[in-house]
Amino acid sequence: MLTALLILWPALAALLVLLVKGQGAKKVAFGAALVELLLGIYAWANFNPNVVEPQFLLNEPWVASAGILFKVGIDGISLLLVLLTVFLIPLIILASFKNNYDRPSSFFALILFMQTGLIGVFTALDAFLFYFFWEVALIPVYFIAAMWGGENRIKVTFKFFLYTVFGSLFMLAAFVYLYFQTPGTHSSEDQAFYALVLSGDTQSWLFWFLFIAFAIKMPVFPFHTWQPDTYTTAPAAGTMLLSGIMLKMGIYGALRWLLPVVPLGVSQWATVALVLAIIGIIYGAIIAIRQQDMKRVVAFSSISHVGLIAAGLFTLNEQGLQGVMIQMLSHGINVVGLFFIIDIIQRRIGTRDIAAMGGITQNAPFMTVCFMILMLGAVALPLTNGFVGEFLLLFGVFRYEAWMGAVAGITIILGAVYMLRMFQRVMFGVKNEITQGFTDLTASEKAVLIPLVVMVFWIGLHPNTFLSLSEPAVLHLLEVIKR
Amino acid sequence: MQELTIATNTDMMWVCLLIPLLPLIGFLINGLGFRRIPKGLASVVGCAAVIGSFVLSLYLFLSFEEQGNRAYVTPLFDWIYVVALSIPFSFQIDQLSLIMLLLVTGVGSVIHIYSAGYMSHDEGFGKFFAFLNLFVFSMLLLVMGSNYVMMFIGWEGVGLCSYLLIGFWNKVTPYNNAAKKAFIMNRIGDLGFLLGIFLIFITFGSVSYGEVFNQASQNLSDVSHGTIVAITLLLFVGAMGKSAQIPLFTWLPDAMAGPTPVSALIHAATMVTAGIYMVIRSNVLYTLAPETLEVVAIIGLATALFAATIGLFQNDIKKVLAYSTVSQLGYMFLALGVMAYSSSLFHVLTHAFFKALLFLGAGSVIHAMSGEQDMRRMGGLKKVLPITFLTFLIGTLAISGIPPFAGFFSKDELLAHVFQHSKIMWAFGLLTSFMTAFYMFRLLYLTFYGNFRGTEEQRHHLHESPASMTIPLIILAILSTIGGFMGLPEVFSENHMLANYLSPIYDFSRRAVPSAFETQHLSHEMEYILMAVSVAVAVIAIILAYVIYGKKRTVPAEDGEYSGLHKLVYNKYYIDELYNGLFVKPVMGLSTGLYRFVEKGIIDPIVNGFGHGVLGGGRWLRFLQSGAVGSYMLLMVLGIALILLLNFII
Amino acid sequence: MNEIPEVIRTIPLNYYLYFSTALFVIGIIGVLTRRNAIIIFMCIELMLNSVNLLLTAFSAYRSDPNGQIFVFFIMAVAAAEVAVGLAIIVMIYRNLRSTDVNILNRLKW
Repeated sequence: MLTALLILWPALAALLVLLVKGQGAKKVAFGAALVELLLGIYAWANFNPNVVEPQFLLNEPWVASAGILFKVGIDGISLLLVLLTVFLIPLIILASFKNNYDRPSSFFALILFMQTGLIGVFTALDAFLFYFFWEVALIPVYFIAAMWGGENRIKVTFKFFLYTVFGSLFMLAAFVYLYFQTPGTHSSEDQAFYALVLSGDTQSWLFWFLFIAFAIKMPVFPFHTWQPDTYTTAPAAGTMLLSGIMLKMGIYGALRWLLPVVPLGVSQWATVALVLAIIGIIYGAIIAIRQQDMKRVVAFSSISHVGLIAAGLFTLNEQGLQGVMIQMLSHGINVVGLFFIIDIIQRRIGTRDIAAMGGITQNAPFMTVCFMILMLGAVALPLTNGFVGEFLLLFGVFRYEAWMGAVAGITIILGAVYMLRMFQRVMFGVKNEITQGFTDLTASEKAVLIPLVVMVFWIGLHPNTFLSLSEPAVLHLLEVIKR
Repeated sequence: MQELTIATNTDMMWVCLLIPLLPLIGFLINGLGFRRIPKGLASVVGCAAVIGSFVLSLYLFLSFEEQGNRAYVTPLFDWIYVVALSIPFSFQIDQLSLIMLLLVTGVGSVIHIYSAGYMSHDEGFGKFFAFLNLFVFSMLLLVMGSNYVMMFIGWEGVGLCSYLLIGFWNKVTPYNNAAKKAFIMNRIGDLGFLLGIFLIFITFGSVSYGEVFNQASQNLSDVSHGTIVAITLLLFVGAMGKSAQIPLFTWLPDAMAGPTPVSALIHAATMVTAGIYMVIRSNVLYTLAPETLEVVAIIGLATALFAATIGLFQNDIKKVLAYSTVSQLGYMFLALGVMAYSSSLFHVLTHAFFKALLFLGAGSVIHAMSGEQDMRRMGGLKKVLPITFLTFLIGTLAISGIPPFAGFFSKDELLAHVFQHSKIMWAFGLLTSFMTAFYMFRLLYLTFYGNFRGTEEQRHHLHESPASMTIPLIILAILSTIGGFMGLPEVFSENHMLANYLSPIYDFSRRAVPSAFETQHLSHEMEYILMAVSVAVAVIAIILAYVIYGKKRTVPAEDGEYSGLHKLVYNKYYIDELYNGLFVKPVMGLSTGLYRFVEKGIIDPIVNGFGHGVLGGGRWLRFLQSGAVGSYMLLMVLGIALILLLNFII
Repeated sequence: MNEIPEVIRTIPLNYYLYFSTALFVIGIIGVLTRRNAIIIFMCIELMLNSVNLLLTAFSAYRSDPNGQIFVFFIMAVAAAEVAVGLAIIVMIYRNLRSTDVNILNRLKW
C-alpha cells in the first residue's frame, strides 16, 4: 500500500494545488512534496535491504481480462530512485519560488503530477503499467517546457515530445510482442517476461527496439540531439526535472526491462552499445568545452556523464552496475544543483552567456562555495559524490575491456577542462558592469543548495549507505541476466 | 619480513585520526568563518592546526620506535564496498609514511608561520589559511593512506588545493589560466594513475598495499611480467603529472603565479614529491619491472637536464627556482630509476629544506621589493636584507652541493648510485649539477650583489621582513645545513641513519628480487674521487657565475633582445607553444567542428530529416485530396476492380 | 404464387448475368463521366437495381426467398437515400445555382 500511496499522493496533491489560486499554490505544493519526502523516508526506514524481492508490494488486476496487473513494489534499485525523486522534487519546487511564473497553480500542480509519473515508472512491475507511467511522466514536462519555456519553446518542446514518443513506440511494440510470447492467457508481469526463453535472433531485434526507447530518453549518442535544445529552452524547473530525474527513467528502464528481458540480445550487442556510450562520453565533453551558454555547457556535460552511466549498464559486472546506481544519484544531485545556480545567475543578471560574466565570486562568496562543490562533484573529485560513481563505472568498463576504460577515462580530463573553464570565466576575473550588483544567495536559495551540498559529501564520504541498499537487488539482477 | 598488523591500541588510532583531522578542522573554521574571523585568529587557528599535527606526528614517530618499529594499519571505516572491490578508509603507519608525515607537517608548520607574515596585507588572509590547511589535510591523506585509492584521494585533493592556491588572486586571468593548466595537466597524470589502480585491482584482487605487495613479491597469482610493467608505467604517468616530469612539466613554472609560500610548500617541498613517494611506496612493483625503471631513469635525467638549461636564462626569480625544482625532481626520478630509493627520499628531504628556504627567501625579497619578481630590477639587496641574504646563501650552497650543506650529501649519494648504474647518465647528472650551481649563483649575484636597479619607489620601501618571516628562514637554514647528516656516506660513517631506518620498507622487494639488493659498494677511493669531482664541478660553476655576474656585473638583456639559441632557451624551447598547437588548439577546433559540422551538420539534420520527411510526404500526398468528386469515384472503382482482380489472382 | 419464379426461370440465368453486368457497367460509366449530380444519382440507382435484378434471379433459380427479401431491404434503403440525397442536391442547387459536381471541390487540400 505504501507504494500506491507514494504514487497517488502527488496526484491528489496536484488536484488540491489546482484549486489554490495565486502564489499560495507554491506553498501548498511544497508542503505536499515534503509529505511525499517523509513517505519516502518512511519507506527507506522500513525497507529491508537483505530481501531481494520487491517490498511494499501491491498486486491488483488492472485489465483483468488481458492479464495486465497493477503491480507496484520497491526493491533496492527502485528505492534509490524513489528516494532521489522525493528528495529532489521539494527542492525543485523551492527553487521555483522566486521565479513568479504565470498561472502558478498549474505550474506546481504539473510538477507534482510529474512526480506521480516518475514514482510510477520507478516502481511499476508490469510492462504495460510501466509504459503507462512512462508516458504519464512525459505529459507534465511537455506542458512545463511548452508553456513556461524560453525562446523557440514550442518547436523545441515539440521535437522533444515527438522524439521521445517515437522511441516509446518501439518499446510498446516490443512489449506487445513479448506479451504474446508469454504462455497461457498471457501476462505482462515482470517475472513473466524474465521467464521467457527466446531465440537469439528474436532477442537481437528486441534489444534494439528497447534500446532505442531507453537510449533516446537517457540520451545516448547519437539519439541526444533533442537534449541540449530542450534543456536550454525549458524553464529551470523543467530542466531540473528532465536532467535530474527524468533521464534516469531511461537508465532505470534499461536495468529493469532491457538487461534481464533480453540477456542474449544484450550479450550480442553490448560492445556496440558500449562503443556508442563511449563515443557519447568524449563527444559530449569535447563539445561542452566551447559552448557559450552555461546551460548548454551543463547539457553537453550531462550527455558525457550519462554516456558513462550507459556504458556501465552494459559492462554487466557488479562494479559497473553499482556504479550506475550511485552515479544516478550523484548525477541527479549535481546537475540539479548546477542548473539551479545557473538559474540564480540568470535571474540576477538576465543572461547565461559565459563571455558576459566575470568576478561574481567577489560579490557572492557563499554561492561560489556551493557552485565549486557541485562542480567538483561533477568533475569527480575524490570524497565528492561524483568520484564514487565514476570510479566504479570506469572500473567496470575497464574490467569489461581495458582500452574502453582508458578511452572513457578521458572524461576525467575533459570534464575538468570544460567545468573549470566555465567556472573561471563566470566566477573569477574582474567584475564588469553586468556583474557589478550581483548579490549573494538568499535564505530560500540556501535552503535548496545546502541539502544538495550535504548530499554531495554524504555520498562522497559514505557511499555504502546507498550502495548497500541496492547491492542485493543488483546482484540478483545479474543472476537473472546470467541465468 | 615486515608484517602489517592491525592497530588495536585505540590511543594510537586517535592520534592517527587527529593528524589529518586537525588541519581539516582548521580548514573548516577558517573556511566557514572567512571574512568573519579576524586575521590574527585565522593565522593562529591555521598555524595551530598544522603545528598540532606536527607534534602528534613526532609523538607517533617516537612511539613507533618504542613499539619495536612494527608497521601497522588503523582501519576507520569501509569507504567503498562492491562485492570483491573493497576500499577501506584506513591509514598505514610505517617508516616511509612517518618520514613523509614529519616532512609535510614540519615544513608545513614553518611555511604556515611564514605565511602569517607574508600574507598579512592580503584581503583573502583567512581563505589562504583555509586552503593551506586543506592542502596539508590532503597531503596527509596521501602519505598516510593504506591503499592506492586512499593515495588517490590525497593525490587529487592536493591537485585541487594547488589549483585553488595558484589561482588565489582570482581577479587576474593569467593566474587563473595557470591554475587551470596545473589542474588539467595533473588530471592527465591522474588518469594514468587511476588506470594503474584498476589494473592493480584486476591483477591482485586488492588495492591495499600490504596485500598487493605481498602477492607481487611472491608472485602468488602468477602475474605476467608485462602486466607489472604496464602497472608501473601507468602509475608513473601519474607521477609524471604530479611531479612535473617530461612531458607533463610545463604547469609547474606557471604555478609560480600563486603566492610564494604556496610555491614553497606545494610546488617545491611536498606536493611535487608525491610522485617520488608513490614510486618508493610501490618499490616492489618497480623492482619487478626493470624496463619501467629504465624509462623512469631516462625521463628523470632528461627532465633534470632540460629544465636546468631553461633555468640558466630565466630572469624571474621564482621561475628560476621553479625550473630548478623541476630539474631536482628529475634527479630524484633518476635515483629511483637506478633503484636508489632511499637516496631519492634523502634528496626529497634535503630538497624540501633548501628549496623551501630558497622560495621563502625569494618571497622575502619579493615582499621587500613590493611585488617585483624580475631579477633585472633587483641588485644590491645584501645590505638591506641581511638575514634573508645569509639564509638564501646557505640554501644556494646547499642546492649547489657544497659540503657540508645538506644538498651535498644527498646529491653525492644519488650520483654515486647513478655512477654504478651507468657512467653516461652520471656524466649528464654532473652536467646538470654544474648548471644548477651556475644558475643559482647567477640568481644570487643578480639579486643580492651589484647596484640596485629598481625604481626609486621600490628603493624607498626596501625593508627586512618581519620576524614571523625570518624565523622560518632561519629554521630552514639550520635544517639545510645539518640535514645532510642523517645520511652520511659510507666513507665517513658506518651508519647511514636514513637508509637503515627505511630498510624494512624494501623487505618485499628483497624477497621478490634478491639479487637487486645485493650491496655492491664502491671502493673508498672511488667514492672520494666522485665527491671531489662533483664538488669541483660546482665550484667551477660558481666561479664562472662570479666572473660573469659578480665581477663583470652583467645584467641580462631586456626581453626581445635575444637571438638564436639563447632566444630558444629563454622561451623555454617553445614547449608551451608546441603543446598549444599540438593539443589545445586541435581540441578547441574539434569542439567547434564537432558542434558545427557533426552535431548541427549531420546528427541533428538526420533527426530533423524524419520530421521533414513526414512533412514533405504530407505535402505531396495531400494532392490526392483533389476535391473533384469524379476522381474520388474513379479511384474507388479502380480500387474495387483491383481488389476483385487480386481476389482472382491470389 | 409459384408462377413468378417459373417465369423467371424461362430465361437462362446467364442472360440475367449479362444484362445486370451491362446495367452495372452503364451505371459506373455514368457515375464516372457525368458531372450533373442528379444524373450521377440516377446512375447509382441503376447500379443498385442491376444488383437487385441479379439477386432476384438467383433467388428464383435457387428457390431461396432470402434474396428477394434482401431486394426489398435494398429498395427501402435506396428510397431513404434518395430522399436525403435529393434534398442535399436541392440545397446545393439553391446555393450554387448548379448541380455540377466539379464545382464542389472546396474540400481539396
